[in-house]
Amino acid sequence: MASPVIKNLQIELAQYLLRLKVGAGFVLVLGLILIARLVYLQVIKHEHYQALAESNRIALVPAIPNRGLIYDRNGRILADNFSAYTLEITVSRAGDLDALLSNISALIEITPRHLRRFRRLLEESHEFETVPLKSKLTDDEVAILAANRYRLPGVEVKARLFRNYPAGEGLSHVVGYIGRINDADLKLLKEEGRATNYKGSTHIGKVGVEHFYENQLHGRTGFDQMETDAAGRAVRVLSHVSPVAGNDLTLHLDLELQRVAEHAFGDYRGGLVAIDPNTGGVLAMVSKPGFDPNLFVDGIDPATWKELNESPDTPMVNRPLRGIYPPGSTIKPFMALAALELGLRKPHDAIADPGFYSLPNSRHRYRDWKAGGHGIVDLHKSIVESCDTYYYRLAVDMGIERMHGFLSRFGFGMKSGLDMQGESSGLLPSREWKLKRWNKPWYAGETVIAGIGQGYHLATPLQLAAATATLANGGTFYRPHLVKSIRDGATRAESSMPPEVVFRNAFKPENMQYVRHAMMDVMRPGGTASGAGTGAVYAIAGKTGTAQVVGIKQGAKYDERRIHERHRDHALFVAFAPAEAPRIALAVLVENGGHGGSTAAPIARAVFDYFLLGKKPAGIASLEENESAGD
Amino acid sequence: MNQPVIKRIATRLVRHVDGWLLALLIALLTVSTAVVFSASGQSAARMFGHLTNIALAAVVLISVANIPPHILAKAGPPLYALGVVLLLGVALFGEIRNGARRWLPLGIVSIQPSELMKIALPLMLAWFFQQREASLKLREYGLAALIILIPLLLVLRQPDLGTALLIGASGFYVLFFAGLSWRIIAGLGVVGALSLPLAWSLMHDYQRQRVMTLLDPSADPLGAGYHIIQSTIAIGSGGSFGKGWLSGTQNQLDFVPERTTDFIFAVYSEEFGLLGNVVLMLLYIAVVARGLKIAEHAPSMFARLMAGVISLNFFTYVFVNMGMVSGILPVVGVPLPFMSYGGTALVTLMIGFGILMSLATHRKLLKT
Repeated sequence: MASPVIKNLQIELAQYLLRLKVGAGFVLVLGLILIARLVYLQVIKHEHYQALAESNRIALVPAIPNRGLIYDRNGRILADNFSAYTLEITVSRAGDLDALLSNISALIEITPRHLRRFRRLLEESHEFETVPLKSKLTDDEVAILAANRYRLPGVEVKARLFRNYPAGEGLSHVVGYIGRINDADLKLLKEEGRATNYKGSTHIGKVGVEHFYENQLHGRTGFDQMETDAAGRAVRVLSHVSPVAGNDLTLHLDLELQRVAEHAFGDYRGGLVAIDPNTGGVLAMVSKPGFDPNLFVDGIDPATWKELNESPDTPMVNRPLRGIYPPGSTIKPFMALAALELGLRKPHDAIADPGFYSLPNSRHRYRDWKAGGHGIVDLHKSIVESCDTYYYRLAVDMGIERMHGFLSRFGFGMKSGLDMQGESSGLLPSREWKLKRWNKPWYAGETVIAGIGQGYHLATPLQLAAATATLANGGTFYRPHLVKSIRDGATRAESSMPPEVVFRNAFKPENMQYVRHAMMDVMRPGGTASGAGTGAVYAIAGKTGTAQVVGIKQGAKYDERRIHERHRDHALFVAFAPAEAPRIALAVLVENGGHGGSTAAPIARAVFDYFLLGKKPAGIASLEENESAGD
Repeated sequence: MNQPVIKRIATRLVRHVDGWLLALLIALLTVSTAVVFSASGQSAARMFGHLTNIALAAVVLISVANIPPHILAKAGPPLYALGVVLLLGVALFGEIRNGARRWLPLGIVSIQPSELMKIALPLMLAWFFQQREASLKLREYGLAALIILIPLLLVLRQPDLGTALLIGASGFYVLFFAGLSWRIIAGLGVVGALSLPLAWSLMHDYQRQRVMTLLDPSADPLGAGYHIIQSTIAIGSGGSFGKGWLSGTQNQLDFVPERTTDFIFAVYSEEFGLLGNVVLMLLYIAVVARGLKIAEHAPSMFARLMAGVISLNFFTYVFVNMGMVSGILPVVGVPLPFMSYGGTALVTLMIGFGILMSLATHRKLLKT
């Protein structure tokens, strides 16, 4: 009875023990699978995961270098940095942006200008970037924002270095400005392999010295190698590479001189470039009107931008660098020198000036500016009285090719090589040029008017100043230069930029002397700029010029009073002083200023008086007063 | 005067403790305490909490070990019935946490009935087979399958695929040790494989996501893949000998998620390396070996089934957790036995091992 049950039990027990073994085998197999997986991860792929763990925990945090400062020749600051708090918003974390903005406006003052600028920057930036809403927060504003931080998602108050241009409008075109790095800047940085040095940088030089010397000013970005946790918080610093501050720049420019020049322009538009003829250093570079470069540092709001861009006064145009004008009669000293050097005229060769010139076999009259003419005119008188007829004829005798060749030796028709981006090369016409550009032959009449700096010939005030400096120093063309010296950001060692000779002309001293004396007489009674020369205790050598804005019909008369203000002639003046041992050479252009002698030359006189005598005109505040009165 | 009383109580308590198992559990829990301390960012409070849990679990272990097997067997049906009722309660009134209805609010405490089922189902099945020991036919296995399917489907509905599979596995282990024929096992395997596409179509999106994440964690590195990526980096960067206790960068810098609980193995692996892993694996296998040894000598059907199921279940948890953390199984919420921080799981485990010890020690007592 019992035996089958027992036997059955025993079979079952044996079966059970077998299944225990199967179970044990199952466990061992699973255990081996796990161990195999762990060997794969920890031995075979160990290096791979080791590297991943390292990159997980180590973050490079850029340390932004201080941007180099810019000084004038006397150590006055032209661009400096200051630290201020800004209110910035990360849009991706802000949620409802409009609600956030209205919450912020309820706490601190947000002007429509702030909002417009914010909207524009928003369009240009990426979603996860922080965009500044308001900069230069007051201490009270920082406190209010900190207290309300919990209900302002995505809002950060950051301490940032700002660029400040104490000289404001006056130096906007020289110093330029920095602005936020945009996509185009970033692309360029990447192409030039400089992008890593801009990790963490938000601004870059956009125009002027700030742009041209970007590599000097920016400095080298440092890095903190930080250990970070999963939330990205820094736990400790593993290694630290200090940033190296950018190099400081000292310009040849004299801030006071610049201000005197600007003041002398009054309400006129125009440009002025003053150069040290012995080095090529730019002492003053005025473009009127200017703009406040500080507007651009945190991004400009669209309305102001539009206003600046569409103003008929074109404040954004750098006139000395990019404004091209017919040189007019300021070309005559160069033509006179050419006549002597090329042996086309002897000093005392004279002509009888009937008040016009006609080409052989032509009845067309090229008129002198003085109806009835200047009588008997020699080379000296042609400069002093600016006789057109003399130069019409001289030009025809010289021919356009020789004229082109000689004027090239003063840098006309080519970029001067100033250390600034965007220079215009002007235009010095030739047969070859005309054929290439217009596919037309050169006409004799075009040579006639070229003799008095009209027609195709176009020059920038910078070119005129550089040419005048070359005339002043006896024929050496120095590359015009803004930066005088560079101080290394790390070592503080000052290295000066040596004057750079582009080419030397071997002119005969007696010819140079002849032209110089004639130019000196321009400033004396009987000369076209005698008014501006009155009472000068040093000798000035100058030449007036007038550039036509609209052509005057044959037989018509130019009447300043009946012509629209913007159609009036541009007034020009080139000069250097002291005439026998020049320390400063300049070119002045006054747009729609009429006669060079009456509007442009007095500006030059004011500049000379300050530079050579330290005489400051009444009504110009000293810098210190200005600083305390401003902001 | 008190001395003999205390001594008598102590000997009575210790009499039902299995020395081998106790030694292995102490070894595992010592390692666990060190790792929890490291994983919690060296939090003394967390370590104290862990030690409190261990103390509580030890009381449970010794208490359960002192319950004779025949009483344990009798507890099967009522516990199972209670479990099913609670699961039904969850389905009807349960709280939704993390998108699944798993918790039952009972006044001040909330309980997770599926946790109870992990013990109640094997007890119920072992009791059932003990009752029908003399006449095991296909009908009995069919009834057993029904006993398994009721809680399984209820848990699956919550939805909690991971726990449902573990409950299903424990039920299957009972059937397996109860002598389910190989032919049927093979048949179940084929049906299971064929029904995979159907299961896929019935899965919730987050479940499919987990499977997809397993196949390619890098497809969603900041979302679902993040856990697996970071834990495999932790394990892999640990290398052969580990970065040393308290020195795992993935752990200390917070890259490993859930690092005191479900992902504690990543922390251990990073700091102790492959060598530590092999030691840990040997400890686990030793526990299983001891459990199977107890099963081998178990005197009754109930004891044999329970001892076998508890041992295999234990290793199943180990395998599922390690497999998940090392990236060969999908992410399911299973803690690593005796390592992860967490009172409930530890108590559940200790109930199982208490039963095992009871089976081991009461057998000797019966013999003498």
